[in-house]
Amino acid sequence: MMNAAAVAASVIMVGGLLILLAVRGLGHFWPHAVYEFQYDWQGKTEKVIGEQHDKESVSVQQLIESGVKINTDEKFVDRYLYKIGNRDVYGVDFRTIIEPFMAKQTRPEGLLVIERHEYGNFYGYLKSVKQDGQIIASGEAAWDALQPLLERAYDLHDEIKKIQKSDIGSINYKLERLRLKERGLELEGSKTPERMAEIQAERQSLDEAYKILEQRLLDIYNEEGRDSLLAEVQTGQVVEIPLSKIVSVYRPNDMNIFQKLGFYFAKIWEFLSTDPREANTEGGIFPAIFGTVTMVLIMSVLVTPMGIVAAVYLREYAKEGVLVRLIRIAVNNLAGVPSIVYGVFGLGFFVYFIGSGIDQVLYPEALPAPTFGTPGLMWASLTLALLTLPVVIVSTEEGLARIPSAVREGSLALGATKAETLWRTVLPMASPAMMTGLILAVARAAGEVAPLMLVGVVKLAPSLAVDGNWPFLHLDRKFMHLGFHIYDVGFQSPNVEAARPLVYATALLLVLVIIVLNISAITIRNHLREKYRALEH
Amino acid sequence: MMSGEEQTPSHGLDVSVLGDMKERSLAEETIAMDIKDVDLFYGDKQALFNVNMVIPEKRVTAFIGPSGCGKSTLLRCFNRMNDLVDSCRVEGKIMLGDQNIYSKGVNVADLRRNVGMVFQKPNPFPKSVYENVAYGLRLQGINNKSTLDDVVEWALKGAALWDEVKDRLEDSAFGLSGGQQQRLVIARAIAVQPEVLLLDEPASALDPISTLKIEELIYELKSTYTIAIVTHNMQQAARVSDYTAFMYLGELIEFDSTNQLFTNPKQKKTEDYITGRYG
Repeated sequence: MMNAAAVAASVIMVGGLLILLAVRGLGHFWPHAVYEFQYDWQGKTEKVIGEQHDKESVSVQQLIESGVKINTDEKFVDRYLYKIGNRDVYGVDFRTIIEPFMAKQTRPEGLLVIERHEYGNFYGYLKSVKQDGQIIASGEAAWDALQPLLERAYDLHDEIKKIQKSDIGSINYKLERLRLKERGLELEGSKTPERMAEIQAERQSLDEAYKILEQRLLDIYNEEGRDSLLAEVQTGQVVEIPLSKIVSVYRPNDMNIFQKLGFYFAKIWEFLSTDPREANTEGGIFPAIFGTVTMVLIMSVLVTPMGIVAAVYLREYAKEGVLVRLIRIAVNNLAGVPSIVYGVFGLGFFVYFIGSGIDQVLYPEALPAPTFGTPGLMWASLTLALLTLPVVIVSTEEGLARIPSAVREGSLALGATKAETLWRTVLPMASPAMMTGLILAVARAAGEVAPLMLVGVVKLAPSLAVDGNWPFLHLDRKFMHLGFHIYDVGFQSPNVEAARPLVYATALLLVLVIIVLNISAITIRNHLREKYRALEH
Repeated sequence: MMSGEEQTPSHGLDVSVLGDMKERSLAEETIAMDIKDVDLFYGDKQALFNVNMVIPEKRVTAFIGPSGCGKSTLLRCFNRMNDLVDSCRVEGKIMLGDQNIYSKGVNVADLRRNVGMVFQKPNPFPKSVYENVAYGLRLQGINNKSTLDDVVEWALKGAALWDEVKDRLEDSAFGLSGGQQQRLVIARAIAVQPEVLLLDEPASALDPISTLKIEELIYELKSTYTIAIVTHNMQQAARVSDYTAFMYLGELIEFDSTNQLFTNPKQKKTEDYITGRYG
């Protein structure tokens, strides 16, 4: 009875959590209607255009005390928060609206929402489209004329991004390696003229490639600046927006349900697959997903062998004694150490001690700029591996203890040594227990944020840890992480109100990523269990 | 030699089962193992007292005695399985050929390959039937597919299991019945071609039909291998063995040809045990 209640409570809590995150987070991607209405505020009548973002009840008393002149019998009135966008024009994104001062809301067709690379959303009416400074279409025709121009602008923007990030990025990376090579030769004292000439020639060719790309980039910038649109904001002011600054344009009030659905899923996909914009408050979170998964995978690769070797030693080889007892106590206590302490340890030991040591020995040419002597993916993974080591050790030990001695004896009786018996029979049979340990480790590691802030996570990582430049996996790079992203967007962002739904959406995603990682591990474990099932009898 | 009603264990011995047993004499046998003055201690507690006997080659030697008399412990000395018990200490000599297996420098893994062992409960590995039999060979570094195929078939035939499993070699060994598993374990043991095969109550966890099959198998195997078998079941000892050792409280009370020991025991304790007065 108690058990059932406890289980039910847990399920309700987990379900409730997911539903809360989903409702708060996923609603953000829906193309909400944009309203227009007259607002009498302190004797002035203004037009307001925006999305309704939030609604709450406030006491009239409180409003009066804060200096609002209001005449009503009600004790409470509704207060709305409207997202009016156009930060470049008004300076703020949001406006609070008190219900009694508000005229009837309308949802006029043709109202335009423009997502931009900077200054957030734009709300207003499309007036005309300009090409090379000349108006080519206005009024009704403008929307249709805009579409092909937008396509062109998106294509150009993609090309710029490609050239900047991958082509020029790759050349810069190679130039940097050349510089390091030269410096390395200098340090070795083997800076022969032939080698210098080689390096010089290579540098020359890279420089030439760079110049070509740079020229192409300039051309595109010029082409990109060709088109712009003119649009009217709520104050009646007309602003000009270059198409190169536009992420997407849509008219939510004109959309039918299917168009809205299509838009919704496209937005969710964009959220999952693109880089963040505007200090992480807009755009996607792909680098954070990628960083989280990469870090967890590297951690798994590190913690599994360490944990298994330690467990095998403790269970199979160590003679019970003071030393082994001490090790066991240490392992058990490690599980209780607060995670931030691991972060401090990781920073002090891995980053400053080992990392600096590696730099001295392997990367002297890059000094004083650190390579591994600075927080990065490698150290974050190692720190988390250390943090999760106790779980893997304890689970593996339990698994080893459960292997019937008859099986070991059977193997030994065939002339196997202890090590052969372990390797061929005992360890495979204990593999489900190891997977259990790994599942617990992954669950803990994927959600851990505090230690990572010290050993490698950053707000915005310029490049992913895996790319096309040799050696492809860059363990020295810093990375983004969903957990830290939540903290950063929720508390460190310049525009908390706008970013709040993203906090929920990111939290939902973090939970989903952990669930997916866990389900994969559980599937593997069940498969292994099935294989070694008959042991239990 | 065997019939259904003889399968039921009982303490009183029906001498008729010894019917066609050939009279044997130790003096005519080649000796496979020679056990000299063996004492065994678990910590301070002594479990075996000055055991002296021989295991004749290509014969079945049975060890009988009440529970806790040390017969399994003695058997496990023959391939040094007792080494796995930390507190266990063995004194005396056990000669395999002209080598004392307890002398320093003996490779225990090699010893165990020469002296195979089958345990009370079937203990197949969580692998396929094929891989179970091939296990010992793979340990020796034999991975050649056709060699393995040949040996696996030969060993399974030797263990009278081939016909039952030849179509399911790749299935898990856990899918076999208990009796089949025990014969699989025997096949696994003979696949490495040991000189001596130790059977520690190999049929005690099996049903009568499976027991019968194992006993028939032992009868077949003794033409090739020296076999030492521990059993609770005196009829089984009488049926399958050529020589029998009776042990009591860690001492070897009597060791003689099976026929002699069961029909004409020299010691009072032996007689009391085989006639069911205690045990």
